[in-house]
Amino acid sequence: MPMEPETTARIHIEAAPGGAAKVTVEGELSVATLPALWAELDRSAKASPGPVVVDCSRLARCDLSGVGLLLEIDSRYPGGATFEGASEELRGLIGLFDRERARRPDPAARETVEPLPHQVGKATVRIIEDLRGEVAFVGELASALGAAAARPGTVRWKDALRVAERAGVDALPIVLLVGFLMGLIMAFQGAVAMKQFGAEIFIANLTALAILRELGPLMTAIVFAGRSASAFAAEIGTMKVNDEVNALKTMGLEPVSFLAVPRVVAGTLAAPLLAVFANLAGLFGGLVVMLSLRFPAVTFWNQVMDTVTMKDLLSGLFKAVVFGFTVSAVGCLRGLQTALGSTAVGVSTTRAVVTSILFIVLLDGLFAVVFYILDI
Amino acid sequence: MSTNGAAPIISVRGFEAAYRGDVVLRDVDFEVRRGEVFVILGGSGCGKSTLLKHMIGLFEPAAGVILIEGRDIAKSHGAERRAILARIGVMYQLGALFGSLNLLENVRLPLEEFTTLPPDAMNRIARMKLEIVGLADYTGHMPAQISGGMQKRAAIARAMALDPPILFLDEPSAGLDPITSAGLDDLIRQLSRTLGITFVVVTHELASIFAIADRVIMLEKTEKTIIATGTPAELRDHGTHPFVRKFFHRESEGD
Repeated sequence: MPMEPETTARIHIEAAPGGAAKVTVEGELSVATLPALWAELDRSAKASPGPVVVDCSRLARCDLSGVGLLLEIDSRYPGGATFEGASEELRGLIGLFDRERARRPDPAARETVEPLPHQVGKATVRIIEDLRGEVAFVGELASALGAAAARPGTVRWKDALRVAERAGVDALPIVLLVGFLMGLIMAFQGAVAMKQFGAEIFIANLTALAILRELGPLMTAIVFAGRSASAFAAEIGTMKVNDEVNALKTMGLEPVSFLAVPRVVAGTLAAPLLAVFANLAGLFGGLVVMLSLRFPAVTFWNQVMDTVTMKDLLSGLFKAVVFGFTVSAVGCLRGLQTALGSTAVGVSTTRAVVTSILFIVLLDGLFAVVFYILDI
Repeated sequence: MSTNGAAPIISVRGFEAAYRGDVVLRDVDFEVRRGEVFVILGGSGCGKSTLLKHMIGLFEPAAGVILIEGRDIAKSHGAERRAILARIGVMYQLGALFGSLNLLENVRLPLEEFTTLPPDAMNRIARMKLEIVGLADYTGHMPAQISGGMQKRAAIARAMALDPPILFLDEPSAGLDPITSAGLDDLIRQLSRTLGITFVVVTHELASIFAIADRVIMLEKTEKTIIATGTPAELRDHGTHPFVRKFFHRESEGD
């Protein structure tokens, strides 16, 4: 909606005898004509201690925004303004506003930067509150999962299956693609280095170990965080904004048991299954590179079987279980922490993905150390 | 406000609305006069909001024309469309304030996008619009921090950002307590009286209708058209259609 000036308006500012100024406004004051008048006011208005007289007798029309200009003139001169020749209608419009308030700057309009200590303090409090929320959620979830394990019939299995389908089956194509490409890229990069030593045959060993122990579960978890943690947070967050979570509470239902448990159960079961498919796709990627280097498939198979033990496979799948649990729980936690307003859901979704990936990386590091110590 | 004899600012002629081939409204004809508070009335599901959405150009009529200051909003495009939209402001049922912006920024947004005013000027004008709806002390609040009634008033302030001569309000009283609702009615009357704004208000709140309306049209969902036109008092005292009588005398459909 461009505000094309349909009519003209003019402002004339002159110093009157005794230091007081006289301002004449004429024509039509509206948002269409105001920019030019405001610029002229900025240019020509000189500080004057005395009252300013605004001649409104030649104003053809003045809407609410036009009154804004008159109030601006009033607030720029310490002595205030008197509006001469103003119609009764214009006086009525000016009278709608508190001129004292108009003279004060609006706190909301000030673009202030908070001092650094305030920002640090607020961030610290936020982090502590966040941690408290997380600890409380872990407790609630553990208790709800304990209750669910004791009485499996109370779990909403229909919801859990629906979530497992969306988070698991529907994620299969992207998990297969990512797994295949990971295997392919790893084998190909390995081939470049190993070729120098004539050790291309060990590409199979490298790919199989890396995929089964590390990359299969890790990439599955990252895809899971991007697809499902965000979905859980957005879904539960929207329910929170729409008072659906409060509705559950007033029905006597625990939001954690009702919303988080089915999602966490589904996520914990779906993630290792997805990791199995990611592993297979990754091995297939390695096989494709081996075939391209003219090794027969049986060689690849023998190398893999010689290198990989059940321990490697199971340790990777165990990681996938933990990742699945963590990512689902984080998604639900962020959803339940959603504040009010439409932007809050977006914030929760982002936080769900970021926190999930952070936890995945931390847990993966922890697993590396623990598995090394336990010689797994 | 007496508006008899004033030129129509909005004309709706032979209007028909349809969703996926099903006719929702048909043979709707009426005119809104400059400066009046015009109320579109009716029970739930009769097509009030549908009519409003056609009037503000969100949907195209299945038949007929809607003229805003003589220009067909449905057939307009580009600059002409923008020129028509600059002449109207809309308050949606739930306020539709932008949740990521505070009240001042919400009202300032149209000024930022469609004028070249300096920032100080935009702040002053936005603040005035909030002051006129009684929210001068809430400029820095986020929409989620204020009540439903305040959100609606802030939405009116935003609709008035560019001083349009026509304001469309969708269910301004819905979900509000009678005191807040009466305050909003007073605001509509005050803006109509002091600024000469033309209001088109969709509502089904009886108290509001008598407080604000100069003229009323009533829609009915089985007949899918206007069943009565007049002042609220005329409809209450002389309404012949059974639905009008039930509506104004608060009887249920089964009575």
